Amino acid sequence: MSQKIYVTGIGIISAIGDNVEQTLDSLTRGKTGIGELELIDTIHKTRIKVGEVKHTNEELIKRVGLPADTKITRTSLLGMIAAKEAMVWAGIKDTNDFRTGIVSATSVGGMAITENNFNDYLNVEKTGDFLDYILTHDCGDSTEVMAKYLHIKDYVSTISTACSSSANSIMLGARLIKNNMVDRVVVGGSDSLSKFTINGFMTLMILDKEQCKPFDKDRKGLNLGEGAGFIVLESERAAAGKEILCELTGYGNSNDAYHQTASSPTGDGAFLAIEKALRLSGLKPKDIDYINAHGTGTEVNDLSEGTAIHRIFGDAVPMISSTKAFTGHTLGACGGIEAVLSVLAIKYNLVFPSLNFTNQMNELKFRPSTVLETEHPINHVLSNSFGFGGNSSALIFSRH
Amino acid sequence: MEALIEQLKQEIIEQLNLDGLKTEDINPDTPLFGEGLGLDSIDALELIVLLDKNYGLKILNPADGKKIFQSVRSMAEFISENKK
Amino acid sequence: MENTTKITAACVIENGKVYVNSKLDFTAEGSASSLDFLKAAYTHYQLNYPKFYKMDSLCKLAMVASELLMRTNRINEKYASEDIALIIANGASSLEIDTEHQVSIADEANFFPSPAVFVYTLPNILIGEIAIRNKIKGENTFFIFDTFDEDFIHSYTDSLMNNDKAKCVIAGWVDFYEDKYRAFLYTVERTNEGEAHTTTNINKLIDNKLNFERN
Repeated sequence: MSQKIYVTGIGIISAIGDNVEQTLDSLTRGKTGIGELELIDTIHKTRIKVGEVKHTNEELIKRVGLPADTKITRTSLLGMIAAKEAMVWAGIKDTNDFRTGIVSATSVGGMAITENNFNDYLNVEKTGDFLDYILTHDCGDSTEVMAKYLHIKDYVSTISTACSSSANSIMLGARLIKNNMVDRVVVGGSDSLSKFTINGFMTLMILDKEQCKPFDKDRKGLNLGEGAGFIVLESERAAAGKEILCELTGYGNSNDAYHQTASSPTGDGAFLAIEKALRLSGLKPKDIDYINAHGTGTEVNDLSEGTAIHRIFGDAVPMISSTKAFTGHTLGACGGIEAVLSVLAIKYNLVFPSLNFTNQMNELKFRPSTVLETEHPINHVLSNSFGFGGNSSALIFSRH
Repeated sequence: MEALIEQLKQEIIEQLNLDGLKTEDINPDTPLFGEGLGLDSIDALELIVLLDKNYGLKILNPADGKKIFQSVRSMAEFISENKK
Repeated sequence: MENTTKITAACVIENGKVYVNSKLDFTAEGSASSLDFLKAAYTHYQLNYPKFYKMDSLCKLAMVASELLMRTNRINEKYASEDIALIIANGASSLEIDTEHQVSIADEANFFPSPAVFVYTLPNILIGEIAIRNKIKGENTFFIFDTFDEDFIHSYTDSLMNNDKAKCVIAGWVDFYEDKYRAFLYTVERTNEGEAHTTTNINKLIDNKLNFERN
């Protein structure tokens, strides 16, 4: 059953760009998307920095070509834009040509709208077309909306495992192809900023008031972000004649089994996930050219992940960076977004800088890359995504 | 001080959902974290919320909490010293 | 490839009743609320895990179901921690506790969101709690379905077992919303004992009709 899994399309929207081209431009110019929160009205507005997509929902609705009064969530809109770009890139014109599926992931779903309508929902006297939004709340709704928009019907599913969600979508997509359930699949995730998550993360006290500093000794926490990232995976047969961007050669998932939200000091979950991904790919640690880390900038994650990386790579750690200082931590979407960035790293032989890094952590022997690297062949990229609930995932992309 | 300690014990039980624990079960000098009551990092954040909600005292850096939340008595002392 | 995967234990919780391997094991039908029922079960079974009380209702339900499953079939004594996988789904996600968090941030006059509440606003945290309690480190994922998709979960489980990704799988459904709850968890292993791992048998165990006793 060892079938190759080809990546034939990528699509992305985040604080650093509305599409792949703009994203690549921001990354190569070192231009971060982290800044002030503008589109959400919250008491915490001045207390945090975020990676916000600078378009209102109205603008996004226009962009996907729907009527202005469509009742649709920001999560769905971001997902539709990124997934569509990926499908166009993959040259998929007719979804009936091959069995086509979609696995999307989200943690927020329609929460950004629900929270604004919450009090009105509870007021049974009040009626109006705002009630149509109720059905858009569920995580599964955003996937179904995307599936309808993209004319995908052979397989539609939603994964919700916190920050590893869209990495898990990608894993599931590969398995669906290997098990001959679909020929190709659009996989990734989408999440939008909301007061729900902003307030929640504030109470956990793991947000940085300024721009985050992943892997820095003085890191203070993460910046929340939003966006969507999708890739198209195809079987060898379905991809025949197409430009192959790269292959998905390895993946692994495990549970850290330590705490609901903090990762273990020994990085067990991360270690097991990376180890599984390497085993599946047949690669040795020394074959990895670049690690796109989970690197949220929290005290706990960066230490846990760094420790796991040393357990796998010893002192010979490859080039590594966290791109969350560009995009923010996009929660359920980060696995998908960072998969797109990993594919770009291979396609253009790039290592993106880990912004805002100054001082090495005492506990680790490596420093992340702080400049854009362009002179090294990048053949194998490891992408990590670790979520609350101990859910730990690792993906490996390889040059075709 | 003793009245505050008793009140605090009850508030801790409620805030942290320590069902099945009674105030008599909590020794004011037993460590709250590690051994003793065995609370974790999320409980520490909940205690920060408790101080804000019930006593109007804000702790902005969770690291400051270590000393304050040593025991029920150290919490009570902090409240006595700082309560407006 | 010959399918020798078997369903080796099951726990079903619904309507104030706890079933283990299709037999009624505990009932507290007189409970005033679902939460009272779960606490009654905790006490009855002497779960002895104080962290239980800090959990939201969804995780409390998961704890009781998984604890009974593990007591019936001591899989963490049979398999290494990274060889046990958890594949669980539900329909309501974490909506029950999401609402509580939302209420706490909707009231400007009484604005004290709770970190302990927020921590539970993701459905897969229940997998985390099961993993922490039982030191399970294998593959784990959480799906949101309208209703339990036994074909998919069966296929996924067999795939993990047949491809050596897991030596044992805990699969099922744990759902709690607005005082209504339903949970069923079952273990799948490669063994001579147990009932054949088929979608028919999965549906049987959900209805407490799978005969676990071999004559």
